[in-house]
Amino acid sequence: MIGIIGGTVFDPLNKIDGQVKDLWIKDGKIVPIEEINQSKAQIIDVRGQVVMPGGVDIHSHIAGAKVNAGRKLCPEDSKRLLRYRSGDFRSGSGYTVPSTSLTGYLYSEMGYTTVMEAAAAPLVARHTHEELEDIPNIDNGAFLTMGNNHFLMKCIQDKEMGKARDYVSWLLDAGKGFAIKIVNPGGVENWKYGKNVQTLDDKVIGFGVTPRQILKTLATISEELKLPHPVHVHGLCLGQSGSVDITIETMELMEELNAHFCHLHFLSYSGKRGGFPRSGAAKVAQTVNESPSITIDVGQIIFGPATTMTSDGPVQYNLSQKLGAKWVNDDLESESGGGIVPLVYKRSNPLHAIMWLTGLEIFLLVDDPWKVFLTTDHPNAGPFLGYPEVIRLLMDKDFRAEKFEKIPKKAKKGCLLPELNREYSLYEIAIITRAGPARRLGLKNKGHLGIGADADITVYSRAENKEEMFAHPSRVLKDGNIVVIDGQLVKEQKGRTLYVSPGYDKNIEKYIREHFKESYTISFDNYYIEAQHLGISEKLNCI
Amino acid sequence: MSTTMENVICKFCGCLCDDIIVEVEDNRILKTKRACSNGRGMFLDYDPSFQKPLIDGKQVEWDEAVSVCADILNKADSPLIYGLSSTSTEAQRKAVELADLLGAVIDSTSSVCHFPTVLAFQRTGEVTCTLGEVKNRADLLIFWGCNPMVSHIRHFTRYSAKAKGTLTPGGRKDRTIVVVDVRETPSSKTADMFLQIDSGTDYEVLTTLRALVQEKELEPGAGHIVSEELKELARMMKTCNYGVVFFGMGLTMTSGRSYNVSELFTLAAELNRFNRFSVMPMRGHGNVAGADNVLTWLSGYPSAVSFARGFPQIGPGEFTSVDMLARHEADAALIIASDPMAHFPHGAVEHLRHIPFILMAPMTNCSTKTAKVFLPTACCGIDVPGTAYRMDNVPLRLRAVLASEKPTDEEILSRIIKEVIK
Amino acid sequence: MPDKPFYRCQESKAGNIQNLRDILMKNFFTLISGRTKAHADGLHKGPGSQDYINATSFVEIGQEDMNRLGIKKGQLVLIRSDSGKVEAPVQPANLPAGLIFIPMGPTANKLVGTETFGTGMPSFKGQSVKVEKL
Repeated sequence: MIGIIGGTVFDPLNKIDGQVKDLWIKDGKIVPIEEINQSKAQIIDVRGQVVMPGGVDIHSHIAGAKVNAGRKLCPEDSKRLLRYRSGDFRSGSGYTVPSTSLTGYLYSEMGYTTVMEAAAAPLVARHTHEELEDIPNIDNGAFLTMGNNHFLMKCIQDKEMGKARDYVSWLLDAGKGFAIKIVNPGGVENWKYGKNVQTLDDKVIGFGVTPRQILKTLATISEELKLPHPVHVHGLCLGQSGSVDITIETMELMEELNAHFCHLHFLSYSGKRGGFPRSGAAKVAQTVNESPSITIDVGQIIFGPATTMTSDGPVQYNLSQKLGAKWVNDDLESESGGGIVPLVYKRSNPLHAIMWLTGLEIFLLVDDPWKVFLTTDHPNAGPFLGYPEVIRLLMDKDFRAEKFEKIPKKAKKGCLLPELNREYSLYEIAIITRAGPARRLGLKNKGHLGIGADADITVYSRAENKEEMFAHPSRVLKDGNIVVIDGQLVKEQKGRTLYVSPGYDKNIEKYIREHFKESYTISFDNYYIEAQHLGISEKLNCI
Repeated sequence: MSTTMENVICKFCGCLCDDIIVEVEDNRILKTKRACSNGRGMFLDYDPSFQKPLIDGKQVEWDEAVSVCADILNKADSPLIYGLSSTSTEAQRKAVELADLLGAVIDSTSSVCHFPTVLAFQRTGEVTCTLGEVKNRADLLIFWGCNPMVSHIRHFTRYSAKAKGTLTPGGRKDRTIVVVDVRETPSSKTADMFLQIDSGTDYEVLTTLRALVQEKELEPGAGHIVSEELKELARMMKTCNYGVVFFGMGLTMTSGRSYNVSELFTLAAELNRFNRFSVMPMRGHGNVAGADNVLTWLSGYPSAVSFARGFPQIGPGEFTSVDMLARHEADAALIIASDPMAHFPHGAVEHLRHIPFILMAPMTNCSTKTAKVFLPTACCGIDVPGTAYRMDNVPLRLRAVLASEKPTDEEILSRIIKEVIK
Repeated sequence: MPDKPFYRCQESKAGNIQNLRDILMKNFFTLISGRTKAHADGLHKGPGSQDYINATSFVEIGQEDMNRLGIKKGQLVLIRSDSGKVEAPVQPANLPAGLIFIPMGPTANKLVGTETFGTGMPSFKGQSVKVEKL
């Protein structure tokens, strides 16, 4: 039993904005004081300090085939950050793609307690789950990519929506997924022919369906299955100049259907196709502001090394050609694809600077912090280690102006950032880094400090420099155990993998079996992942 | 009464065929269906019965064996852990935990197989795909420096040359098969085009192909081997729909090593300007891709990893097993599911005779007699389940078709870890 | 430490460079080792088994080279490299001139050196050897 006493609590889901409040913990949960035997409780005095729920990262690439290929590709990245073995804690390496133990340690030391793996192809989801099991101190889940899935596209082609729904439900169960992920719907399939999609009505080769149909079908299914998190969408034309227009069109399409749009800055450039991109933040923020249901995460650029990794195969091909960089591409049978290109974002590069300010403009122009979440699409726009810097940029307009000064003139032209004087408050930061993502993920026991919540708590010492404040929490608790003290790891424990299993008509299996015989090279019977192979796991109900 | 089990996975080679049918009676495998001669041999010749571990050839109890192992490893200044490719990812993870704890060097059999491919990968990346994409899409297949008819016997039928896929319903008829090798092999005999090149010239041939693909002018006598066949091959590679090059030891073991592979990788990447093209290394053992993956996710590097300084370091030529043994830099070894006495050059093997080494394997092999400690453990995929990764990195869950009488690699490694910590 | 390399120049019988080359290079070959079906079958029987020993203890040489060296099928030859030597019976095979093949295993590995050129990979394929009639 633990008491966290005298802290200034920011718990937006319970509307607590800087109230001095005590928290009581028992058996890994936050409980009312009546349940505590105070003589036996360990008291942690946090007077004068800020208390928030543990951080919740709604979109990060930390585990699985793509991430691991990124690690293997970049031994130079390993050398950027080395962790010595210390006591019982494992050694590790990697700055933009840390090894598994190190990933858990770094997130934990930064006060995060839940991280979602943003993309796992079901065919190789077992790999994702094996790695998630080896990442300590964070609860997690995996979004399964379905936007280029052959069986699904065939159902759409044949207008068999019931079959599609049962299939998606089966797939979530088989892959122990948490949510439906859509990446460049149709484009990744077309890349297997050397092509892509550029509009919502382009045809997918071999199926004749369109991105519009794929998006609507999956979003509808997600609602029908009552999944805790809606479809998680990486849209079309990522990285392209003018992409903001198709992003807005896609948002308007999904308006009625409930969707989360990820790493939005990458899809929010204005300008002519093929031309020099500018920030389209104002346009997209207006759409988000006017939409009652859409949420986004930003994917903010952090200057320095990054490793881009995405299921969006054609994007990576193009990027590798532009940069002359080393390039990994992987086409996955019947389901998905992807690519990896390591790079460095430089403040002195006008294009990178525009990308950087686009993300910030999105944060500052979206009015409601419940709609916009802090991510760097780790490690695509930068490592998650950059989150404290982003927090400072959002809370401290002078710091922001100082950084803005340093970018090239070409990037500054016509941008809104210098006029945006908004400063995020601690309450708003708590929303965009914990409360908002937790609510959007449908995690009822995360992201808040009310009775019954998981005792995932982060305590920060107040500091003028918000980057320092958020980089080194004074205490982090996970399931009521103290895991970090003064930014140093003190305890390692296994995290929980969260998944959904909405239920389906077993009749679908015979169709899927046929599909396996035709298209796959593994047996239907060897595809399914049993829950017992997940390490510690928890099934979430779909209600 | 015999029972029949279906969808059994064979881990002999990187094909990881998962459609094997196994008939079991009295806890022995009677028969297999669909397995190739390698898989069949692996299943039928395996003896699951309990054996006691051996120290200096004498039987001992498990507790004593574990204690002696921990002692050997603790006393060593520079222990080497090698092998890993034929055991489960669960055991591989334990081996890395042990290496981290000991400050040991850990290296998988890719050291003498596809480590040069890893080095090339780190330089250039790799354009690849899963085997189903090959089956469904590939209309041009090139087998470079490999001999699947001998090493990956069902590869042609299940995944490549003869496989019938969604865009290749005619199977073999819908494909062109090219074999590039220095001599005729059973695989080259099945090819539409056999390009016989001189031993040690893969790099020049690949560079020439790159130049031909890019239509660059080539000067005679500049090391280029230009022939009509090469020109034709370049044309075929540029005009197919989806081409795949499978490659093996012919590139990784010959002069040029990783540079041969990076030249091939670069060629494949450049071909994607014209059409779609992929490459895939023919991974030899059933779970060597798993060893690569596990080592990478736990340390940041796939093989030749040293934890001696308290953090992971990669050292090609430095921490690779043959080099460490040849230079007498290992003073103890833990060999897991492998047989270095049979497969290493003599100079490396000699050193193993002079250091205490522990062999953990499901059956006796060439190394058993020389090992100070022999730990007879269960065989992943036969009497213990576990995850393995196919040559294209698709993970599969191997089942146990027999009841286990022996402890597993994972179990024994856990016990050794506990003893080492004490 | 690896054995000192040996380079012995045989006396030429004539000043003709082509002849000299033939004489100097006559016994030098490139060794490649590799998998065979028989070796794999033998491995299943056990590495101590006669099957395995038989499957890995011979050398394949092309007919042209056999003629040139004056060797017959089954005849023992001495094969030497910088690292070691073996005696093995000859089997004719369809191999280009200058190339010999020994299945992977202890026999081939007596000849393969431990130099890996910084890659970890010894010269299992491409080891220079000298072949002499016994």
